[in-house]
Amino acid sequence: MIFQDYVFYALAAILLVAGLRVITARNPVHAALFLVLAFFTAAGIWLLLEAEFLAITLVLVYVGAVMVLFLFVVMMLDINLDKLREGFWDYAPLAGFVGVVMALEMASIVGVRHFGVNVTGTPEPHPVNYSNTAELGRQLYTDYVLPFELASVVLLVAIVAAIALTMRRRKDSKYIDPAEQVKVKRADRIRMVSMPAEKEMPENGEGEQA
Amino acid sequence: MMDTLQQLFGPLWPVVWTLAKIVAIVAPIMGAVAYLTLAERKVIGYMQVRIGPNRVGYYGLLQPVADGLKLLFKEIILPTAANKFLFLLAPVLVLAPALAAWAVVPFDFDMVLANVDAGLLYILAMTSVGVYGVIIAGWASNSKYAFLGSLRSAAQIVSYEIAMGFALVGVLMAANSLNLGKIVMAQQGGFWEWYWLPLFPLFVVYFIAAVAETNRAPFDVAEGESEIVAGFHVEYSGMAFAVFFLAEYANMILVATLAALMFLGGWLSPVPFLPDGFPWLAIKVAGLLFLFLWFRATFPRYRYDQIMRLGWKVFIPVTLVWIVVIGAFMQTPLGYLFH
Amino acid sequence: MNNPIVYDLMAARPEILVLTMAMVILLVDLFLSERHRYVGYVLSQLTLLGSAILTVATHTPGVAYVFNGMFVDDPMADVLKLMMSLATSVVLVYSRSYIATRGMYRGEFFALVLFALLGMMIMVSGSHFLTLYMGLELLSLSMYALVALDRDNPRATEAAMKYFVLGALASGMLLYGMSMIYGATGALELGQVRNALMSGQPDHAVLILGLVFVVAGLAFKIGAVPFQMWVPDVYHGSPTAVTLLIGSVPKFAAFAFFMRLLIQGLEPLGIDWQGMLIIMAVLSISIGNITAIAQTNIKRMLAYSTISHVGFLLFGFLAVGPNGYTSAMFYISAYVLMTLGAFGILLLLSRQGFEAEHLDDLKGLNQRSPWYAFIMLLLMFSMAGVPPTLGFYAKFTVLQAALQAGFVGLVIFAVLMAVIGAFYYLRVVKLMYFDEPIDQTPIKPQADVAFVLSVNGLLVLLIGLMPEWLMELCAYAIAQSIQ
Repeated sequence: MIFQDYVFYALAAILLVAGLRVITARNPVHAALFLVLAFFTAAGIWLLLEAEFLAITLVLVYVGAVMVLFLFVVMMLDINLDKLREGFWDYAPLAGFVGVVMALEMASIVGVRHFGVNVTGTPEPHPVNYSNTAELGRQLYTDYVLPFELASVVLLVAIVAAIALTMRRRKDSKYIDPAEQVKVKRADRIRMVSMPAEKEMPENGEGEQA
Repeated sequence: MMDTLQQLFGPLWPVVWTLAKIVAIVAPIMGAVAYLTLAERKVIGYMQVRIGPNRVGYYGLLQPVADGLKLLFKEIILPTAANKFLFLLAPVLVLAPALAAWAVVPFDFDMVLANVDAGLLYILAMTSVGVYGVIIAGWASNSKYAFLGSLRSAAQIVSYEIAMGFALVGVLMAANSLNLGKIVMAQQGGFWEWYWLPLFPLFVVYFIAAVAETNRAPFDVAEGESEIVAGFHVEYSGMAFAVFFLAEYANMILVATLAALMFLGGWLSPVPFLPDGFPWLAIKVAGLLFLFLWFRATFPRYRYDQIMRLGWKVFIPVTLVWIVVIGAFMQTPLGYLFH
Repeated sequence: MNNPIVYDLMAARPEILVLTMAMVILLVDLFLSERHRYVGYVLSQLTLLGSAILTVATHTPGVAYVFNGMFVDDPMADVLKLMMSLATSVVLVYSRSYIATRGMYRGEFFALVLFALLGMMIMVSGSHFLTLYMGLELLSLSMYALVALDRDNPRATEAAMKYFVLGALASGMLLYGMSMIYGATGALELGQVRNALMSGQPDHAVLILGLVFVVAGLAFKIGAVPFQMWVPDVYHGSPTAVTLLIGSVPKFAAFAFFMRLLIQGLEPLGIDWQGMLIIMAVLSISIGNITAIAQTNIKRMLAYSTISHVGFLLFGFLAVGPNGYTSAMFYISAYVLMTLGAFGILLLLSRQGFEAEHLDDLKGLNQRSPWYAFIMLLLMFSMAGVPPTLGFYAKFTVLQAALQAGFVGLVIFAVLMAVIGAFYYLRVVKLMYFDEPIDQTPIKPQADVAFVLSVNGLLVLLIGLMPEWLMELCAYAIAQSIQ
């Protein structure tokens, strides 16, 4: 084994453990953090595959943005997972059976026999000056421009949908209009009054006695 | 000498050599962080017609060391029912990305730890990870004040990251590269060729967003020392608390360096008759850091809703428009102005 | 015109119009006061009209592949796009007063409908796994949002949740299957996939696994048994206007999706997917028809009726060959026309604060309005397949095609099931004509609804009497597009 192999196995092991903990962790926040770890290690594996642009984007988008929002939500909801998991064991045998069958089916196909190096061939290493990022950009904006633009439309729909479903205007909330704030003149806020500099003292000092 | 060392370590030599380079980068940064705190107190002191620390050492030069020692000997208090592992992990998670990002920062022509093509993206990715420390710190403290503080601060960081990212998009459009070294080299030709001029709106947005991103005044609602004392790190004490501050200052130096590299020509000399070199970068970074301190001494703190409004409704539209402007201009004969 | 991208864009003019207008409506809506909401409606109708006109105007009998083979502009796509634009327009006419009384008369509703239409148009014209998938996601995402748009309605929210979770699962399956097929053939474009399959090189086991997942994903999306669970809940829970949309127009896209994926891409695997389709068709027809009998909610009943219709549609695909596809296309057109009318009647009976969704709400419709009772009668007869309505002819052609392909037993079974199914359709007729009305509120539709609904109902009869032109249109589309 060469050095990369060790790195791969280490990352793969962490990835699997993290993935497993995502679904077994009792605390949802821990589960979300394990998902973050899983993304990180997956990015590491992609780096090994010479897909550095995708790896960094994975970290940037999923770790840096998506999971932060996930954590926000998960932290604010006080989820009792035990309650959610009620009845888990009632369904476990059936679910386990289906899962095992599917896993076996997939394992019989997705393996060395059908996807091994001797079937697909060893990928050719890229030349030294090959830039993954530039190549991706070229592909996205030429050959794949239609799906790329469609993806942006899908995201736009997601934004529209999210806002349409969640934005409510509360009637009783108080707004500050920044434009109004900025427009305020000194005269609106300060009133100059002419007052005598000193208050006249009462003559007899009755107040003091009281 | 290199050869003897190489023989001494044998196959481990690349690892050792890389480690040595990492130490050579991180150690000066930590030193810079320490003396940035002193500089801050001194500068703000003079701005407020005070002297600042002058008791420890000559002109107070040993003050950071004294501060460090004091914090080191203080107890790290663990709140009851706090998640111990995450509580202690959070400060590390804040500091680590701030240091890891330096891997792709070039200090001079060819003086860079990892010369990767997607360097700018790497930096964006690393800085975006820093927010986890903030969130986890607030959550693991098991205190509602810390938690609220972390939500405020994390929302602020995430929001300004978008404006920052868009500002960088303009830079990479102009430079045609994500490699920081190439970005600097694309700005060759003296002061008027640097990107601050064609990308002026982006430069301004980037720098202000950087101030907000590092939770510095006037955007320091996370800390708000004169109002709420502290936000997400309210439960921290001793060295764990100090690490948050190390990270804040390390981040300041990082974003200042990035601004210098991307908009102010990095190590390039502003005038043709002086040679390029690292000192120029140091001068530019120091100048930008001075701005950070100056802001703190000058501006009143923003209100939270104002921070969010500025980020989402002013900066992001400005950057988006300017990116379109750049893209449109590049299609015209005037495109050379932006390269 | 020499620039290739211009040529590409010219082929997608209807899509570009719909996309642009959806965004324009979103923006315009921001500046509309509550009183001027109708502007969004008018703009949407104009868009649909424009898209229909553009589709017809840019029609050529040839097949053009653009965007590097990802998008195909052929007569089948044009015919389907035309029908989809018109059907969406009818949907909006029927739903207008319904959504206006339920706080959904907003720009987002119209924009989401147009985005959904855009997704369907992309699906119809996709000739690449990626475009097909992106179109499907665009459609699904818009639909999820539309279902949940009446957000203070817990039932709608529940329906949206179910729809979303199961839809996401189906998308995952579809993608997994596509990735397997890509792994085996090394191609994502349908033509290349087909060529690779014809060459016999790809690993058969991998292909079969991929095929199973693709067919399961397709079945989920179209609502065929055993992947039908979401259909009744979503039909029932959604606001009726959205049910109308979900139940009608996307079926065109689903038909095209089947055609593109299974026929144009994976036809060489026909022997393998035929077996799966037979099982799904038989189960859909029987479970759909039998379960529908037990329903008291008419939206649920129509949902099960949809499932059974999907079964009949699959019969058209079983008869591999232009004949079968033509009959399937004819069937889907007939189905959409009938569904539009049936839900149109429900929307007509609903009003502020009242949802017409129970069978009992139709009681004595004849006394309240003989004309609309007659329309509903036509629609129900047609759904049941009573001659001489359109539904009869549609079933007849599909079964005839299957018969020619040699599925005698299956056809007999389907006919039996259709007879069982006739029971619940005729029950509706009985309720309308022989029972006393519970609700005496007079029915006063707006002029446009009255006109469109009447035309819709009469068309079911007229096309049933003169089906040749629609049949020829479908035959033309299929013959020009499928080689």
